Amino acid sequence: MSDAVAADKTPAKPAGPVSLMKIFSVFLTIGATSFGGGVVAYLRNSLVRENAWLDDTEFLELMSISNTLPGLNATNMSILAGNRLRGWAGAVAAMLGMCLPGFAFMTAAGILYGARGDNPLVTAALKGVAAAAVGLIAATWYQLGRKSIRDYFDAFVILIAVLGIVEFKLSVPIVLLGVGAIGIFHHRPGGTKSHPIAEGKWISSLQ
Amino acid sequence: MDQLPAVARVFAYLSLLTIGGGMAAFPEMKNLVVDVHHWLTFPQLIHIYSVGQLAPGPNMMMVAALGERISGLPGAFVAAAAFFIPTGILTFVVGLIWDKLAKWPWRTSIQLGLAPVAVGLAVAGTISLGKGAIQDWITAALALIVFFATLKTKINPALLILGGAVVGAVALRV
Repeated sequence: MSDAVAADKTPAKPAGPVSLMKIFSVFLTIGATSFGGGVVAYLRNSLVRENAWLDDTEFLELMSISNTLPGLNATNMSILAGNRLRGWAGAVAAMLGMCLPGFAFMTAAGILYGARGDNPLVTAALKGVAAAAVGLIAATWYQLGRKSIRDYFDAFVILIAVLGIVEFKLSVPIVLLGVGAIGIFHHRPGGTKSHPIAEGKWISSLQ
Repeated sequence: MDQLPAVARVFAYLSLLTIGGGMAAFPEMKNLVVDVHHWLTFPQLIHIYSVGQLAPGPNMMMVAALGERISGLPGAFVAAAAFFIPTGILTFVVGLIWDKLAKWPWRTSIQLGLAPVAVGLAVAGTISLGKGAIQDWITAALALIVFFATLKTKINPALLILGGAVVGAVALRV
């Protein structure tokens, strides 16, 4: 999919500043139509291809910031792209547009769940939804994991993080800080070897 | 209503753990929402988390549904704001200074070092979710079918989730 996007000719960049209303409506459209995950693909299609607000290099750069920080790619990318277009106001407009449809959807889902969640038919359907969700999430991380393991050390780090939480019941922040510190030290500046980060692979595999 | 400050604290804290995606925060979310605060049962959390996979936009907007269940509409607003605004401000600030960080050699070290940790946290989160959601051979088969369908076909994942709902409604009634 990413190849098809990259091979396409990108239109010329818009001349003047983009209006806040336009930023809001473009991100609202993405926020309302990106069903089934894969928000990053929707973002790239809209920002790089349709509107030419960013080129592919800029998009990858923003993705690498987004991946390193806490927060979801969907919202982090909205903030970073919105900021490039119109500063902080652009970031707020993009973030709001991205979040509002999903917020309305999930708030309604919460209300419905409260009203009908104990209905046997609904409970049975939700059990099926949960099982399907496990398969979907596992597939996403299987793809990403395969692409982001560069050497035995990376595989070791993944294993330690999984065992720490699942087997030894350590809390997420402890594993994040502890194992993260080991990983960062391993890749320290001037350390043994440093690989260029495979940003393109992150993009095509991330949801 | 009196839960709102706790909702704000819990979801702001959880948002800081979402390195590489929302799944990383799931085990801690289960701990806080189910075991510590008793806001929901584990099956209820799994149901809402899974329905969240159907929503468009950020795939952790399910925090709004959790907030709604805990404190009604104000809860939905507080949970979503607490989950998305602090990390949003952090991203905005780092975005502003990112070019200056380009000369900072530890920037690459942090990116390379955290990437496998993020995968590990997500795998652990998926196992935690799976332990609750996979209860018998039907749910196990359903998860396996969706796993391979996602890897081998281009089908929209939302359709697979809806398919799971249909199979569940037919085959999993107690």
